[in-house]
Amino acid sequence: MRGPRVIGDLVSGDGSADRVVPPSGQTAHLTLFAAAVMAFLAVFALALSLSTGRLADRWGEDLARASTVRISAPGEQMQAQTAAALRVLETTEGVASARALDATEQRALLAPWFGPEVPVEDLPVPQLIEVIETDAGFDAAGLRLRLSAEAPGAVLDDHTRWRRPLVRAAERLRALGYLSILLIGGAMAAIITLAASAALSANAQVIGVLRLVGAEDRYVARAFVRRFTLRTLAGAAAGTLAGCLALLLLPSSGEGLDMLTGLGFRGAEWLLPLLLPPVAGLVAYAATRRAALRVLGELT
Amino acid sequence: MIELDNLAYSYGGGELLSEVSLKLAPGSFHFLTGPSGAGKTTFLKLCYGALVPTAGHARIFGQDVREMTRDDIAMVRRRIGVVHQDCQFLDHLPISENVALPLTVAGRDVQAEAANLDELLAWCGLTPRASALPPQLSGGERQRAALARAVILSPDVILADEPTGNVDWEMSQRLLQLLVELNRMGKTVLIASHDLGLIRAAKQHVQARVLRISNRRLQLAGADL
Ligand SMILES: Nc1ncnc2c1ncn2[C@@H]1O[C@H](COP(=O)(O)OP(=O)(O)OP(=O)(O)O)[C@@H](O)[C@H]1O
Ligand SMILES: [Mg+2]
Repeated sequence: MRGPRVIGDLVSGDGSADRVVPPSGQTAHLTLFAAAVMAFLAVFALALSLSTGRLADRWGEDLARASTVRISAPGEQMQAQTAAALRVLETTEGVASARALDATEQRALLAPWFGPEVPVEDLPVPQLIEVIETDAGFDAAGLRLRLSAEAPGAVLDDHTRWRRPLVRAAERLRALGYLSILLIGGAMAAIITLAASAALSANAQVIGVLRLVGAEDRYVARAFVRRFTLRTLAGAAAGTLAGCLALLLLPSSGEGLDMLTGLGFRGAEWLLPLLLPPVAGLVAYAATRRAALRVLGELT
Repeated sequence: MIELDNLAYSYGGGELLSEVSLKLAPGSFHFLTGPSGAGKTTFLKLCYGALVPTAGHARIFGQDVREMTRDDIAMVRRRIGVVHQDCQFLDHLPISENVALPLTVAGRDVQAEAANLDELLAWCGLTPRASALPPQLSGGERQRAALARAVILSPDVILADEPTGNVDWEMSQRLLQLLVELNRMGKTVLIASHDLGLIRAAKQHVQARVLRISNRRLQLAGADL
């Protein structure tokens, strides 16, 4: 119900409500400028949230697959040490599951280096155990101690664990990015409320005359709401465009250093910044409408 | 139409008007006189809902002003044409658009009424000034424009506050003639004025009653004025 009204009020081509309020140069330019800046910032906040989100997801997946235990032992002890290591792992807190890889899987892992025909069984390759952690994770130092006691040939390789605090940081950064978008929206609502209130006070005489000839509050409000909404829409569109161009022009280093050079949108994510101008317009519509109806309510 | 029942009004100090009772019947023609500062403008404002009585009741088209919402008052003002003492225009729009403003805010098609508008402007002698801005007009021209704006919606009631204060005798006769004409069409007319000559002239054309504010009371003045 409300949506169509908003659109109707804006596109009804009711320029008459526009004309009855004198044009206001400075407020117009400042609103346009503020909307553009806010949209520009929002593009970056959005890009930051999405990029760090991607990073956190990928590293998080790596973490879940996590660690391996590698057992190097003379052929006859291999079986016993593997069994011992598995026993240790099964009773370790923070280990969700542990599983010794079978020959086929080991061969698949080695294939890239030795070709597909390696007779794994005949080679002195270490036995690998895949360890899946719980969310809480295990105490690596403690696990190493117990392993060395039970299976001297076992080496815990937890190379991806150092990423855990980074993942947490990336997740925090993503949350901060979304919070920034909310704050930018709030600041924009505040700026537009101020600008609209200033415009309304500056036009108190005009509003008085309109009221005397029988204009309803809705009509008077519409003149202001339309103006500020369209201005914000235009400003935000320009700001969004500038923000996206700036992102496109960021130098790319390909792989690695994701944090710095991966800032931006991928594929369908490019559709998200397109939402910024309409959302900004909606914020402006709501803010101006509230300001207008409040100011009008105070007049006789 | 408009009914005042034992009404009183004060701007915060002492009472400016007290014990005012009046019924404006449809089709009636009234003058309102009284010394400057007696409360004529205040009285008219009470009649179109710009002020709410501090005591008693004001009913406009049967509705008590105290119970009306802001939009009710807006709707009422489309049925009451008001000529304000200080005119009140939108200074950035030409006279023709100012006169058409009630049509515009009521959502009527101004183009469709263009012929009426031209005729009205011609009647008030404003055709040559139609595209001038209000601040560029003389006092009399502004008053004529204000009257034109008041009647453009063909309202049921016309309240005019000193509509002839700044115009010469001939023009004031013309404006009066317009108001008398509208009254013959059944409109209710109330004119605040201290121009006794105008009132006498009107009485030759129309059955007009004269109200006088004195000592905070509203009185019906005698036939002799
Ligand atoms: N908004 C207001 N606040 C306080 N006092 C007011 C206000 N408006 C008018 N007054 C006072 O009320 C009194 C009546 O004013 P009003 O304008 O009704 O007089 P009037 O009869 O129309 O006078 P005039 O013939 O000069 O137009 C005046 O003393 C005026 O100073
Ligand atoms: Mg007065």
